[in-house]
Amino acid sequence: MIDTAGPKSPAAASLMRRPDRGTLTRATVITAALLLALFALPPIMTGYYTDTMTQVAIYCIVTLGLGLLVGRVGMYSLGQLAVLIIGAWTAARLLFGTGQPFILVLIEAGLVTMIIGSLITLPALRLRGLYLALITLMLSGAVTVVLATLNFPNGGSGFSGYNGSFLHIPQIRRPSFAGTDPAYYRFSVIVAIVMFLLVFAHLRARPGRAWASIRQSEAASLAAGINTTFYKLWAMALASFVTGVAGALLAGADRELFSIDFPIQNSITLLAVVLMGGAFSLVGAVIAGFLQAFLPAFLYQVWGVPNDWLIILFGVGVMQVLATAPGGIADQFPKDMKRLYRFIRRRVRPPAPSPASASAKGGETA
Amino acid sequence: MIEITDLTVRYGGVTSLDGLSVTFEAGTCGLIGPNGAGKTTFFNVLSGFVRPASGSAQAFGDDLLKMPHYRRARWGVRRTFQTEQAIEGLTVYDNVAMVHSPLRGAARRADVLAAIEFVGGGRLDPDARVGTLGAGQRRFVEVARAVAGKPRLILLDEPAAGLPEGETAHLTSVIKSIPEQSGALTILVDHDMSLVSAVCETTAVLDFGKLIASGPTAAVLRDENVMRAYLGTAEVST
Repeated sequence: MIDTAGPKSPAAASLMRRPDRGTLTRATVITAALLLALFALPPIMTGYYTDTMTQVAIYCIVTLGLGLLVGRVGMYSLGQLAVLIIGAWTAARLLFGTGQPFILVLIEAGLVTMIIGSLITLPALRLRGLYLALITLMLSGAVTVVLATLNFPNGGSGFSGYNGSFLHIPQIRRPSFAGTDPAYYRFSVIVAIVMFLLVFAHLRARPGRAWASIRQSEAASLAAGINTTFYKLWAMALASFVTGVAGALLAGADRELFSIDFPIQNSITLLAVVLMGGAFSLVGAVIAGFLQAFLPAFLYQVWGVPNDWLIILFGVGVMQVLATAPGGIADQFPKDMKRLYRFIRRRVRPPAPSPASASAKGGETA
Repeated sequence: MIEITDLTVRYGGVTSLDGLSVTFEAGTCGLIGPNGAGKTTFFNVLSGFVRPASGSAQAFGDDLLKMPHYRRARWGVRRTFQTEQAIEGLTVYDNVAMVHSPLRGAARRADVLAAIEFVGGGRLDPDARVGTLGAGQRRFVEVARAVAGKPRLILLDEPAAGLPEGETAHLTSVIKSIPEQSGALTILVDHDMSLVSAVCETTAVLDFGKLIASGPTAAVLRDENVMRAYLGTAEVST
């Protein structure tokens, strides 16, 4: 462990903040997983799973944004579906209407979504808990209703860019370097990594501190001079931005967008998977992305389980999480693994009944 | 110097502070009184959580009550809470660094670490997660947050509540040296009379929202009204 009494000067103290072993292990595991996702998976995946994993990468960004709101700031939003739709719509419109590079459109869609998302939720910032959830769910409903009449752009003209009489809908274009499905999958993973790094950078800096403090105690935050409304708005803006980028990625991934692909119940399942995956960690967001986008595809492919069953499965999952593992799978899984390891070790090598081992055991349980 | 004039706070029918006028000069000042006397309400008014019905609070020439609450921390108001409010998910360093500070970069870092060292005296590891600390250490984290970032007015709300004796002795020496460490005016609310008499040159006594005595601590503690209202004669005569 770190020596607490030794270094006194700031310079020595900054040495103290070197990453410990846990951080290094985590960094190694994450790097290995990313290399696997980027280089090992694409050659061996079938077309079905390439599509699925692209969706996973995209939904990881959505759950990242929602996890930020729920886990870091304590804002339970059911409106992320609406935000995603706004991002996808904006990107599709820009991709059809202009010849801008895809990456520029990605950023623009993120920014437009950020502005709209923040403006819409501005009045809701004073609300907490149930009321915020209710208002944001209504927002989702409102956006789906608007979308049902407006439709996604399909290459038509005018503001909506929709032409109902098209027989052959032109596909939404992709970046030139990521035209094929495996290439687009890699592109999505890289964009997801960038979004995670963006959020990570926020969490390590002043906004992260402010959010953590707002979540636990608004009184302490105010007393420390934190403008709580401003930082909540900042969280909402950041979450909207990454979700908007995810929406733009989704436009390129699906190539044809239909309003029926965004059922309102996805608002609810999104919050459910974020809670199950673990709202308090970035790994939790990745797990949530898998729960949202991989699990249904996998269950359907293997056993033909229809999507509608998932809402039941997720309901049970959320109940389990709220009752036994509030940190979600990201928090619970390593603990279970450690417990399993200890269990196996005890079985393999039963401790000798000596006072030394008894005290060691006592220390372990403490 | 902070000068409170005619401060009144009402919660519905209850008058929590009743035309309170009091001046805190400099150094460390005590504020005592029985439960419900209005001490915490007084702190809440100064830090902006409660809007008074009337009155003013002039601190070093500025009217505190005119500032929105988050601005007061920028001005230099710091406070701790009766129930400690250290943020569990953050490290000790981040808990202290979250307070507003006019400093930037390396100077700010040094200031935060100095505050942790000053209050912790080797007891606090800046990298430790506050969720893993005991109640006593969390108190120190909160006090460290109060002395960081160039404070001008520090409000300590029962910082010794629930501390074991050895830690109280350390806290006493910390609070004693706050004026020379940060130059801030410190107001201490506590029920621990030995702490109050050890660190406060002057003390004000509240009862039912009214000032019943103020002056040098020793004299105030011997005041008859104070003994009757708060301390109980038997205890003080020892």
